[in-house]
Amino acid sequence: MSLFDPQIAAYIPWVSGLSAVVCGLLCLYPQFAKLAAGVCASAVGVGFVIALGIWGNVTHAGAAVNPEPLMRWIEVAGLEANYGVYLDGLTMIMLSVVTGIGMLVVIYAAGYMRGDPGYARFFAAVSIFIFAMTTVVMADNLVLLFLGWEGVGLASYLLIGHEYHRPAAVNAAKKAFIVNRIGDFGVLLGMFCIFDVFGTVRFEGFLPAASALLTGDVSGLVGEGLAAYEQATAVLAGGGEWLLLAAPFGLMVGAFGKSAQLPLFVWLPDAMEGPTPVSALIHAATMVTSGVYVIARTMPLFELSPYALPTVAVIAGATAILGASIALAQYDLKRVFAYSTVSQLGYMFMGVAALSSTAGVFHLVSHAFFKALLFLTAGSVMHALAGQLDIRKISGLRHKMPVTFVLMGIGCAALAGLPVLTAGFWSKDLVLATTFDRAIATEGGTAFIYLMVGIVGVVTAFVTGYYCFRVWFRVFFGEERYAMGDHPTHHDGHEGDHGHDDEHGHHANEPHEMDWGMNGPLVVLAIGSVFAGLLLGPTHAVEHLIDGTSAEANALRVGDDATKYEKWVHNLMYGVSAVVAFASLALAFVLHGPWRKVEGDDPVRLRAPKVFGALNSKLWIDEVYGAVVVYPVRVMGSVFYVVDAVIVDTVVRGLGVVPRLLGEGARPAQSGRLHGYGLGMALGVAAVVAATFYAMNRG
Amino acid sequence: MDQMISSLTFSHYFLTGAVLFVLGMIGFITRRNMIVMFLCTEMMFQGVVVTLAAAAAMHGNVTGQTFIIFVLTIAAAEAALALGLVILLFRRRQTLDAGAWSELRG
Repeated sequence: MSLFDPQIAAYIPWVSGLSAVVCGLLCLYPQFAKLAAGVCASAVGVGFVIALGIWGNVTHAGAAVNPEPLMRWIEVAGLEANYGVYLDGLTMIMLSVVTGIGMLVVIYAAGYMRGDPGYARFFAAVSIFIFAMTTVVMADNLVLLFLGWEGVGLASYLLIGHEYHRPAAVNAAKKAFIVNRIGDFGVLLGMFCIFDVFGTVRFEGFLPAASALLTGDVSGLVGEGLAAYEQATAVLAGGGEWLLLAAPFGLMVGAFGKSAQLPLFVWLPDAMEGPTPVSALIHAATMVTSGVYVIARTMPLFELSPYALPTVAVIAGATAILGASIALAQYDLKRVFAYSTVSQLGYMFMGVAALSSTAGVFHLVSHAFFKALLFLTAGSVMHALAGQLDIRKISGLRHKMPVTFVLMGIGCAALAGLPVLTAGFWSKDLVLATTFDRAIATEGGTAFIYLMVGIVGVVTAFVTGYYCFRVWFRVFFGEERYAMGDHPTHHDGHEGDHGHDDEHGHHANEPHEMDWGMNGPLVVLAIGSVFAGLLLGPTHAVEHLIDGTSAEANALRVGDDATKYEKWVHNLMYGVSAVVAFASLALAFVLHGPWRKVEGDDPVRLRAPKVFGALNSKLWIDEVYGAVVVYPVRVMGSVFYVVDAVIVDTVVRGLGVVPRLLGEGARPAQSGRLHGYGLGMALGVAAVVAATFYAMNRG
Repeated sequence: MDQMISSLTFSHYFLTGAVLFVLGMIGFITRRNMIVMFLCTEMMFQGVVVTLAAAAAMHGNVTGQTFIIFVLTIAAAEAALALGLVILLFRRRQTLDAGAWSELRG
């Protein structure tokens, strides 16, 4: 049942690409810049419609749909990387999230960015992002995926540095780009390993081959997959096993860089310097989840390496608890949510590490809804208060901004995972339950790792509930009190734009509710945050989409050793999650609720100033990196500078002296006196004549 | 002796040409008056011309003598040009001393 031929999916990125060009042209004509939002929104909307239109065709196909490539790109020396799409359940989920959430955020941004001098530029960059991100999720080979991967990095850089006149934004943009280079290098290495083993970078080729290597079942292999399998067995017989062990680690480093996991997470909190819609779309809902997507996509490879997934699990657990703990001591509204994103990404990696792409991707979807909602409501608060983000200076806003109050409450409930009616409850639960499943299904050290990671996940869930309700209570409850921020762009622009508009006339002095053009998308996100869980959780919808694709782990497909306890674990987990969520809500209520005792500060800071201070300073991780990485590099740079200035420059200058000395020697010859020249000429002629004479009479 | 004087050989012509040329060259280098220097260059021309005539006679063809006509023509043109230059330079400095023009030193 489908409206469109799946082939049309290949055009989704190009619609956004066209929009990027149009928005870029609109930058040149400021009088038409307002059209940019509409252009961008409709381009993303077209993508969303196409995604929904081909949904039925793809999910009923039974196998991945991989039509003829739209364009040929690279075909050289056995490497084939064309502009083709690879569509299966996983792709469709990602594509719908990217274009759907993208469209809502763009509609919100149309209002949020009003009055910004770089209005058209903003939407051009967002279009580039959608172009690259849809390429990432639809690419049918790793090289094309890498093209999109770099593209989202570029878009992220452009958008973090949108307000390029602020040094903080520029530094954050550079930091994001440089930290991501490390991850990108990992992806390249992983790609090289895969090409070396399988002789192809196409998913159609190496994924079935990897599955066959894993299960030993070659009966289903045809065409490309069979060729890749044969090459791989030859390479493995020739001592190439280490390549297969190394490949997932390369991809993993890339995933950790893009998805802000330890030790490469430091760029994401700083990325909040970008406009809030960007934080919502790129740095919460979509781009940062591409690491999860890559691991889910190449799941058979990760299964082939016995150390890969436990490593992911450890990193994921550590990142989850670290991000959540730092979030609970931040005063900056957006920073809380940024660290929360780091922590929630940890959950997603926990899911894929427990071999369950279903859990990871389900949490990805629900997180996309509620975290985009949280960021955009935070943006609304920031917008209303002229850039004020310090929760110590904001209090009791529920009367001024009733809609935002409710919406952020829904987002917090989903993030905390309040039972039954929120998306976060269902997805986080699935992640934790599958992690414990893995602990039961495996033995020895691996089982211990999964058990510890699961326990850390439960603790993190408690911290998560506490920090998000802390923010919500602080901002919206208690005595009404606020200090306006010093953000110049927004209300300056508004005065110019809406000088005649009464509603906006008092903007600079008093907070106000957003108009429905901005709140509308938030309502959709809120509905998603609530019902996505009920819709996808108990119905196992995500599982049905992932099952049968290459993202479904082979271990779960063949062996069902986990199923004996599965139901039991899951039911227990529901209970534990519910208790944890309510306990965290209760703690936040006591410390920060409407009848809190401490105003304008955090009671935890007063009780345990050292712990709170350490978390507030983000455990000095930036400082440690500064001392361990940045400082040595700077010292090295200084050494190189000295070497350059002393040794290289001296040699080059020394070479330059030689012609000068020669010139000095020849200089007296140019005396300026006619007789001197005459004499020189005569002697020259005499010398030539003498030489000729001598030569002729010699023999 | 009489024999030697009375019978001119080609060597005499060549010697005359060389003497004229070297005298002109020495004059050019030692004298400072620009007109005299110019005349010295003319003398060098004549030395060359005599040599050409002698060589033509020795080889028995007229190419060298034809060439003399060209040399004389060019010498005449050059004389007109050079004297004009000398007058110009004289007007600038009110002197004919070639040493007055020595700014172009390295």
